[in-house]
Amino acid sequence: MQFDPFVIPFNIGLYFILFYVVIRSVIWFRGLSRQDKLRLQRGFFGIAFVQSLKEIFLESLIHRKILKTNFRLGYMHMSLAFGWFLLILFGTIEADMFGAKHLNAPYRAIFFRFFNPEHGRMGIEAAYGFLMDLILAFILSGLLLAVSKRFWSKIVGMKKTARLKVTDKIALTSLWLIFPSRLLAESFTSGTYGTGSFLTGSLGHWMASFLPVQELAYPFWCLYSLSLGTFFILLPLTRYMHIPTELFLIFMRNSGIRTGDKAGSYSEVETYSCSSCGICIDACQLNFSTGINNVQSVYLMKAIRNNDNVADIAHNCLMCGRCDQKCPVGIELSPIRMIQRRGSEAENDIRNIYKGYFRSIQKTEIDKPNGFAVYNFLPEIKTEKADVLFFAGCMTHLTPSIKKAMVKILDASGVNYRFIDEHGGVCCGRPLMLAGQDKEARELINYNSQMIWRSGAHTLVTSCPICYKVFNESYHLDAVVLHHTQFIKNLIDNGAVKMKFLRKRVVYHTPCELGRGSGVYDEPKAVLKHVARLEKSKFEDQNSLCCGGSLANMKISYREKSRIACDAAAELTKGKPDILATACPLCKKTFSQATETRVADISEIVAEALMSSTTPKVISKQFYSIKELADIS
Amino acid sequence: MKKMEKFGFVISKGRQIDYESNDRRIAEYIYKREPSFRLCIECGGCSATCTTGNFTGFSLRELHILIKRGENDKARHDIKKCMLCGKCTLVCPRGVNTRNIVVLARQAFQNYDNYAI
Repeated sequence: MQFDPFVIPFNIGLYFILFYVVIRSVIWFRGLSRQDKLRLQRGFFGIAFVQSLKEIFLESLIHRKILKTNFRLGYMHMSLAFGWFLLILFGTIEADMFGAKHLNAPYRAIFFRFFNPEHGRMGIEAAYGFLMDLILAFILSGLLLAVSKRFWSKIVGMKKTARLKVTDKIALTSLWLIFPSRLLAESFTSGTYGTGSFLTGSLGHWMASFLPVQELAYPFWCLYSLSLGTFFILLPLTRYMHIPTELFLIFMRNSGIRTGDKAGSYSEVETYSCSSCGICIDACQLNFSTGINNVQSVYLMKAIRNNDNVADIAHNCLMCGRCDQKCPVGIELSPIRMIQRRGSEAENDIRNIYKGYFRSIQKTEIDKPNGFAVYNFLPEIKTEKADVLFFAGCMTHLTPSIKKAMVKILDASGVNYRFIDEHGGVCCGRPLMLAGQDKEARELINYNSQMIWRSGAHTLVTSCPICYKVFNESYHLDAVVLHHTQFIKNLIDNGAVKMKFLRKRVVYHTPCELGRGSGVYDEPKAVLKHVARLEKSKFEDQNSLCCGGSLANMKISYREKSRIACDAAAELTKGKPDILATACPLCKKTFSQATETRVADISEIVAEALMSSTTPKVISKQFYSIKELADIS
Repeated sequence: MKKMEKFGFVISKGRQIDYESNDRRIAEYIYKREPSFRLCIECGGCSATCTTGNFTGFSLRELHILIKRGENDKARHDIKKCMLCGKCTLVCPRGVNTRNIVVLARQAFQNYDNYAI
């Protein structure tokens, strides 16, 4: 037997999906910017290609990251992905080795048992059959987990699982049917001919005792082919598009392409790479503290794919970046959310066409009849020269104790500094950016930049992580930007300030914008270790919580914010520390309303520990030599 | 009348609120999307801490009152001055989500001028 009509659905599906993926990849490649195209070309002939292959094996097949965070969930994903891969690989080899001729059409490998029912009686053939059965059993064990996860998500250690749309459900059903129908079809055929290994053979033998297996085999082979075909045809419309897309994503990322701040090919590839695994839902504080469970990144990705209005979802987020850290696919979720927040001012209108199989991008004009925000009332810039500038920021002005502490530290350090917004400054622009109003933010950024340029300072110290992030990312300054914890760390390292050790137990809360947002984890802890006893909490570094006060979320109410704050504070103060230390005025303000424990900024603790020296040590200019500045940055 | 003005007398503008000409659509737009707009007791905390208010006569409290009354002309231009820094939200004793109100008001004025509301 060479061909049978039942393979037609499978053939249609397979050739359709191969053709589709090639076309889609070409469209994505064409949509890249010139630099990104060059990066991709360079990556193809460089080390990035090898790295990608390794990553594809470890992440797309083995699912190493998911295995690390949650073994049962990881096993489920691994058994389906890696198992299916092995089944295809060894199936092809089997057909090639034992088939009538070499280099067969794909369907002859997939339906090998149908075309070679007598195969696998003894010797190497039986051993190979055993291997194939083992792989099938491996997949089926994962499938069992997947089916039970759908109905009872705790079985794989997850609190919440992503909700699906109708096409997703059809595709899911056809995916679920693939392996059981293969098992049954193979068992019936084996039962008829008395072949098969430990799984299909014994099942077939047992069923042959009371079922007409010979008649039943053909319908199940049809079902197997049909479910494969359906799955392939629906794949581009569903979350399973992540299977081909993720390969592309890994290669693009290894070639050095990043999301940036405009929607483009890469962000589209990222959105299609989301497998809706739902790990971001469990990581989200909005979910476990306030019960808002329809705004998480998985739903944002889905809404973008479905071409829905995402404004509400995009704005209802603390932008704490916890999901970014947890995403097993490595999608840059926060930048994508920021792109969606700027949606109303976007230049491109992206829509789904051809029933959602493709997307069209059209240029639009921004229409703002009432005009943009204007800040022409800002006063003229007056500057005095200084070496170090201190920018307190709006939030520090609201927490005067931090401001006082910083002034005390700066005075004690003997650095030639100037407090640029002592009498009230201009906002850094980050809050506007978080609200998706980049054009307006740019005006404030220009104003502050000029002020900093004209002062000729080589260092800018800020005590607000929100300002720190925007100074680092969106300003183009000659000065080195330091958060005050980094500045204090330098002072300590250089011996510019002397401190006594406070006999207090301190637990440190990493602010989102400083930690995950800017990657500053060690300096604040080093400073705290220098002046007090730093205790560990369950939520350290990348896993730290958000205080809930984030300026990024305007959609939740005061009550929901304080619920997040109370939950986070309760977690952090479990060890009953004397002080809950943080490095952000906004976190301090939010936490002080949520806990009985004393909440203090690191600068306050340092100021408390500062030995009052009668003569401030005058530090020469060498203190900040060029080399040191390079080290800092 | 001109003579009178020269002596330093001015005829003050009418102070009565004309409900016929007032347009509460902007206020309704905000009420619907941010219910905490109703909680404001007009204490003025927001205006006292305002970053923009530091440089101009911008007052969020005044804007609240104007929008609620439906006197939109002044609010339309003043609302553009806000920097969204968020200090007002933090000092508000009633937990009014002031930043969202400013964003919604800007949105409402845009939609209003687009004839969308």
